[in-house]
Amino acid sequence: MPPSQAMLNTQASGVPDEKVKRHTISILVQNKFGAFNRIAGMFAAKGYNIDSLSVGPTEDEGVSRMTIVARGDDQIIEQITKQLNKLIDIVKVIDLTFESFVDRELVLVKVHATNDTRPEIMQIAEIFRAKVVDISPRTLTLEATGSQQKVDAIIKMLKPYAIKEMARTGRVALKREFQGEV
Amino acid sequence: MSRQEHEEEGPATAGGRLMTGAEIFVRSLIAENVEVLFGYPGGATIGVYDALHDISDINHVLTRHEQGATHAAEGYSKATGKPGVVLVTSGPGATNTVTGIADAMMDSIPLVVFSGQVPLRLIGNDAFQEADIVGITRPITKHNYLVRDVRELAQTIKEAFYIATSGRPGPVLVDLPKDVMAQKTHFAYPQSVTLRNYAPILDGNIRQIRKAAELINAASRPVLYVGGGTILSNAAAELTALARKLRCPVTTTLHGLGSYPENDPLAMGMLGMHGTWYSNMAVHFCDVLIAVGARFDDRVTGNVEAFAAEAKKIHIDVDPAAISKNVKVDVPIVGDVKRVLTSLLELVNPLETQDWLRTIDAWKDEHPLRYRNGDEIRTQYVMQKLGEITEGNAIVVTDVGQHQMWAAQFFNFSHPRTHITSGGLGTMGFSLPAAMGAVFGRRDLPVISISGDGGFQMNSQEMATIVQHRLPVKIIVINNGFLGMVRQWQELFWRRRYSQVELANPDFVRLAEAYGCTAYRATRTSEVEDVLRKAMGHTDGPVFVEFVVAKEDNVYPMIPAGQTVNEMIDTPDPAPGGHETAGGRIETVEKGKARKVSVHAPVTSNA
Ligand SMILES: Cc1cc2nc3c(=O)[nH]c(=O)nc-3n(C[C@H](O)[C@H](O)[C@H](O)COP(=O)(O)OP(=O)(O)OC[C@H]3O[C@@H](n4cnc5c(N)ncnc54)[C@H](O)[C@@H]3O)c2cc1C
Ligand SMILES: Cc1ncc(C[n+]2csc(CCOP(=O)(O)OP(=O)(O)O)c2C)c(N)n1
Ligand SMILES: [Mg+2]
Repeated sequence: MPPSQAMLNTQASGVPDEKVKRHTISILVQNKFGAFNRIAGMFAAKGYNIDSLSVGPTEDEGVSRMTIVARGDDQIIEQITKQLNKLIDIVKVIDLTFESFVDRELVLVKVHATNDTRPEIMQIAEIFRAKVVDISPRTLTLEATGSQQKVDAIIKMLKPYAIKEMARTGRVALKREFQGEV
Repeated sequence: MSRQEHEEEGPATAGGRLMTGAEIFVRSLIAENVEVLFGYPGGATIGVYDALHDISDINHVLTRHEQGATHAAEGYSKATGKPGVVLVTSGPGATNTVTGIADAMMDSIPLVVFSGQVPLRLIGNDAFQEADIVGITRPITKHNYLVRDVRELAQTIKEAFYIATSGRPGPVLVDLPKDVMAQKTHFAYPQSVTLRNYAPILDGNIRQIRKAAELINAASRPVLYVGGGTILSNAAAELTALARKLRCPVTTTLHGLGSYPENDPLAMGMLGMHGTWYSNMAVHFCDVLIAVGARFDDRVTGNVEAFAAEAKKIHIDVDPAAISKNVKVDVPIVGDVKRVLTSLLELVNPLETQDWLRTIDAWKDEHPLRYRNGDEIRTQYVMQKLGEITEGNAIVVTDVGQHQMWAAQFFNFSHPRTHITSGGLGTMGFSLPAAMGAVFGRRDLPVISISGDGGFQMNSQEMATIVQHRLPVKIIVINNGFLGMVRQWQELFWRRRYSQVELANPDFVRLAEAYGCTAYRATRTSEVEDVLRKAMGHTDGPVFVEFVVAKEDNVYPMIPAGQTVNEMIDTPDPAPGGHETAGGRIETVEKGKARKVSVHAPVTSNA
């Protein structure tokens, strides 16, 4: 499989489907020259599938958090974490799938809108607590945040109105803290 | 940051005088006790070469190609256990190191490769001789660096050596922009390295070691499967002690050769695709498999599902990612072989393996390594004779192909760091420069380079370096007129359609002589021993020997790629009228037994 394809997800990995699971892996990585490239390159070189990848700063100036949603059977996921841990610039790797965690995605959807359909679209937006962030005579741009399922759902609802453009972030996630016994 | 800024930074008295990056580079290598540097200069490193000019602590070896420099550094490292160090210029100099770096990555060889780079402000501009070598080598290095400020240089070099040599060793590249090397700062070589998430685990978890001991103590058909990690860990003595205490048979990978003496009764020789029949059978039928610094490579396992399927598996490896990567194991032990074996030795008891060893001995009798020896030279015979003449006291550096497998099978390796080859990447052209590198590290043993006629021509330019330094390398070329290993596959699996495997060769003896090297040729079996003795006795610099051998010969046993012992092909019956040339006598070699030679027919001269 050409690495670029592997990067762009959804390739069958040759393992029976029922064994393949989606894992959310949270990586803390030092802000060193080429560090992100090293991580992305490792996935490409080993032929691992990435569904989404997001990266941004953390509370620690020298460190970024990368959240990767990857798919594979148990053995592949184990290798992914081990291989990530081998990269010198990486500070910490947590497979959140084994933890309780909160996660969010964000999507901006520019959807075709006429005088007739605009109220319907606004109603959908309200149900999903999406915001209207731009409006023109022929379009509405909505911003929605939530779990992957929620983002999938709003996109599905908007599809019939003709989506003109869409930008979607990858998943970001944090481990939940112990909820206490109060 | 300009040179000016640094000079104004503080009074020169604070940390001694200000030094350029180039001087710091040289001082840092001296601090790392680097005694030999393999390299090739160019525009981007001219300042560094100037700083090296007056330095007598470091021996710089000008190879004739940067690939030669990287393989030389690998050979040096494999022979000595020290890191190999390389210095090349930017662009083409750097890209020429790629094969050697990839080779070192696959075979866990510690290298530190320094490449020149265009000045920082020109990076990304398609400047003259610019190549993004950090990007290019990212997937084939353990780690790499671009030094962006002279004040980071010493620290970076310190880290590079530490990363290359610790844990699972590997190559590290440090890219040195020309302007950074001209900047000045104070020099102090750091005492220590702190890396946030990098701390190799060396002591095995004691609970895991106890579990392993329990499994071992209950075993009746144990096998030690020993790999290159045992040699990297300098643990041959601990391994030998363990095998003898347990009375456990030992098989080694290609890279494990030398970690256990092959004339010992417990030795079974190499396993895998071209391993001995009995090693592969023993692994197939064992009840406990103890993998020691070996990585379950597909040339060893064949079909992973069927590999030692019934056995409980213990895996000792310093790299957590090597464990359960290809084959799921029952007891993983992350740690250094030497330390883990030392702990394990105290927890295990001698085993009742007499029946098991008898079964293996019967396999040895029925299926020894064998070949028919006639007038035409068989490579097997050359390797066997070489082993006998040197009594195993030599460093044998092989290339890639049939001769590589025959050396592994017939030389009888018995000491660690005496077998050097490219296994993981299988790089043709490795042997000659690697042998050259080995000589720079080891003068206590003769160093023998063995190449095929194909592979020799991939780095033959290093003949010039070897002759220039009058290095005592014994250079052997096995000339079968073919890319033999590929021809063998075409013969066995592609209906004998010999596509692009026949070689039209130069006169190798005259070529060697043109370089200024003493050279011999043998074309008959009767000449082999004499020529080998002459070569081994040669004292004045390098000596070259060409063996013109049987053109179409095959390496056996063979387990075809991805298959199991059920598909193992033993040497075809060498009786007259069989697959092989009639006449000659059959030589049989069993590991761990006195060598038996059964005279099947008189040696004929059917010239
Ligand atoms: C033409 C050809 C044919 C081949 N046929 C065969 C064959 O028939 N049989 C065969 O065996 N090979 C064969 N090979 C070689 C094969 O491809 C592999 O290179 C080899 O089997 C790997 O050896 P290894 O398992 O010892 O691992 P190595 O590559 O030597 O790796 C060493 C392992 O030890 C670990 N390690 C390193 N240092 C330490 C330490 N201090 N403590 C603990 N662990 C450590 C590493 O993490 C790694 O997992 C062939 C190669 C070629 C080119
Ligand atoms: C650089 C490189 N190119 C191609 C190969 C594929 N290959 C493996 S063995 C072999 C034949 C080697 O021929 P020769 O050097 O004559 O050795 P022989 O097998 O004849 O002993 C080839 C082409 C390789 N291993 N390395
Ligand atoms: Mg050949």
